Formats: sequence, C-alpha cells, structure tokens
Amino acid sequence: MWKKTIHILAILLIVMIIFDTAYCNDKEMVEEATKVSSLVWWMWPLILFAVTFILGIFAVLGGVGGGVLFVPIVGGFFPFHLDFVRGAGLLVALSGALAAGPGLIRKGLADLRLSLPIALIASASSIVGAMLGLALPINIIQTALGGTILGIVAIMLIAKKSEYPEVKQADSLSTALRITGVYHEASTGHEINWKIHRTAQGLITFIVIGIMAGMFGLGAGWANVPVLNLMMGVPLKVSVATSKFLLSITDTSAAWIYFNSGAVLPMIVVPSIIGIMLGSIVGVRILAKTKPVAIRYIVLTMLLFAGLRALLKGLGIWT
Amino acid sequence: MAGRIKATEEQLAYARILDKGMKIGLLILIITFVIYLSGILPPYLILSDLPKYWSMSVHKYLEYTGINPGWAWVDMVYKSDFLNFIGIAFLAGVTIVCYFRIIPILFKRKDIVYVTIAVLEILVLMFAASGILKAGGH
Repeated sequence: MWKKTIHILAILLIVMIIFDTAYCNDKEMVEEATKVSSLVWWMWPLILFAVTFILGIFAVLGGVGGGVLFVPIVGGFFPFHLDFVRGAGLLVALSGALAAGPGLIRKGLADLRLSLPIALIASASSIVGAMLGLALPINIIQTALGGTILGIVAIMLIAKKSEYPEVKQADSLSTALRITGVYHEASTGHEINWKIHRTAQGLITFIVIGIMAGMFGLGAGWANVPVLNLMMGVPLKVSVATSKFLLSITDTSAAWIYFNSGAVLPMIVVPSIIGIMLGSIVGVRILAKTKPVAIRYIVLTMLLFAGLRALLKGLGIWT
Repeated sequence: MAGRIKATEEQLAYARILDKGMKIGLLILIITFVIYLSGILPPYLILSDLPKYWSMSVHKYLEYTGINPGWAWVDMVYKSDFLNFIGIAFLAGVTIVCYFRIIPILFKRKDIVYVTIAVLEILVLMFAASGILKAGGH
C-alpha cells in the first residue's frame, strides 16, 4: 500500500513543480498572479488537502513532525506566500501536538516538570523568531529555511540516539527544580528511573530552537529530541514525548504572532490541519506493516529536495 | 503495566483540559469551515479571488484587502472567513487555560518556583496573544 502512496506522492510533486514553474515569478503582483495561474481557485485547497494527507502519513512513518515537512514542501511547490505557509505550518504542528499531548502526559511519557522551564524559554524565543521571520526580506528567509532544512537532514542522518543515556549525577539546577521521573517501558516491562544533566546548556540551546521554530514555522521536534536526549540525558521515549508536548506550548506563542499579524488564511490552514491529521491516523495504521528504515530515507529525500528547492528559490536560482 | 506509573495531579489536570480544548477547538474549526465553504454566511474576501491574495506577502495582503490585523477580526466575525478564526484562536488559547488550571495545584504544594514559571508562561502567551506584537515588514 505504501508503494502506491509513494507513487501518488511522486505524481503530485511533479504536478506541483509543473504548476509552480508555470506560475508567475513576481508573486507579489496581483495582476500577474491572476493572469498566469490557470487553475480554478478551489483546486489549490484540494491539492493541498491531498498533499497534506500524504505528508501526514509520511510524518508518522518517518518519525518527524508534520510542520517540518509541511513548510518546505508547501512553501516550495504551492503558489502561497511563505508568510501564510509558515502561519499554517505552525498551526499544523500545534494541532498535532495538542492532539498527542493529553495521551502523552497521562501516560507519564511527557514530563511536565521537565517541560515547563524549557517551554518558558522556547516560547518566549519563538515570539522573537516569529517577529524576525515576518520582518526579514523573504529571500533571506527562504535561503535560511533551505539551509535549515538541509541541516535537519544532516542531523537526522548523523545524530545518534540513546535509548537510556547514562547520567551519572543530576546537575544542581535539575536537582533544585526536581526534574526527575520514572516511566514504564512496555517492551521490557521495566520501570525506568531517569534524571538529567547539563540543564543550563540545554535551556540555552532552547533559545535558539525557539527562535528557529518561530522564524520558519517548522515545529521543532527535529531539534528538541537530540537536545533532550543527547545533551540533557533524557531517555529517548521521554524525549520524543516531551518534545511533542513542548510544541503545543512553543508553537502557541509563535502562532499568535502570525495570527495577529494577519498571516493566517483559513483556506490554507484548515485543509492542511485536517489533511495532516487524517494522514497521521492512516500512517499509524500503516506503520505496523512497513519497513520504517525505507520510509525514513524517503522522508529524508523529500526533505533534501524541498530544502534544496527553498535554498535555490531564496538565492533566486530556481524561482 | 503502564497504569502502575501514575502521572502527577497537575499532569492529569493539564491533560484533561488539553484533551477537551483540542476536541472542542477542532470541532469549531470544522463547523466554521463548512459554513465558509457552503456560503451560508458571506465571506469578506470572495473565494474565487483568493489566488490574488495568497501569493502576496502578508504586508501587501493587508494593504490590498484593507484587513486590520490583531483582534480586529472579532468585529468581522459575521463574515465566514473570519468566523474560522474562532476555532483557530480557541486552539491557540487552550494552553493558556491549561496553565491557569495547574497553578492552584502547584501553589497548594508550595512549589513556588513552578508557580512562578507557570505565571511567567501565562504572561508570555497572553503577551503574544494580545496583538501588541505584530510584524509584516517585508
């Protein structure tokens, strides 16, 4: 079934590239936009829904957030301005986090004591990122987005993961904040006690992550997980769950900035949210029958392609 | 069993509100979008004109459409495109309510550091939501 999905995705991407190439270069001009786009208006939300549905499947299978796929792919191949794409991207990531959050907190996988200090720093930073992202020239944002996506591909390829990182001694800050926990590891039946270290360094890193999340509307799971897991020593499952939950707070503040700045169009946002959510539900069902490694490489290829597209678009090479 | 690990009181309280808020927000979003598409209420921007606007930067979009950013949409909520903003604002506001809910629990436990963190987070989120900060310079 996933082979069929890949075929559909490939066809859609080709269709989008053709339409995108045929589309006007100076998309700021109303007249040109009206003149050159030959598609009926409702086709775009329909294609958007179909593409986000597929992205939702791939996001689950590839173990990435919806936002990180959404922004570069929709931003690169649809006629929507990056301002609206980023606003929608944040809301897509936010909706996914809100949907997953309650279950993760109830099971004790996402940890509130760990999340709250990080969320405060990341959400304040994401406001700065959103303000910067909406104020900087679009070619700079496109170029930086392309560079960031390529960086994410590199992180996903290189970064190792540690199921249970060794933390010999909790640092003084995490001890003072009483950030520690226990979770049930279903695969082994054991209860895992965990504590963290390098808390201050981790919190400082989340300033950068917050800024990038707000600036590019990407969500930030790609950065949250390595920092929580490798830097701070949080077990992998708790890192993934806490990262997902964190997005519900970090993306909220950035989403408000885009919302209040007018960068939210319901015709882009709603089909995207529903498409990604339905795709995620289907993705979870497919997950049991697929080889995650193969899917992971497909996701990486998609990101690589979308990152290059954003980079070249920003540099004015492939407009 | 997973049930042996008990989430803390504040985690459960937070999760309850988040769960309900997300479901209500999503329902509002879907209902208002159906109203938008069905034409029951007139939109501010004619649907067939949308391609003129979605390829503009937000700065130009606001300039061409005469839409005021921030909370000005509340006065235009009878227009079906702005009606969708209720669901979006609801989803973006759920987290603030969750934080309000856990403060008394943390306070009861005399966890002053986390009460402070929660209060600061509410201030940050409300500041972002206030509409004081707007951008769109390019």
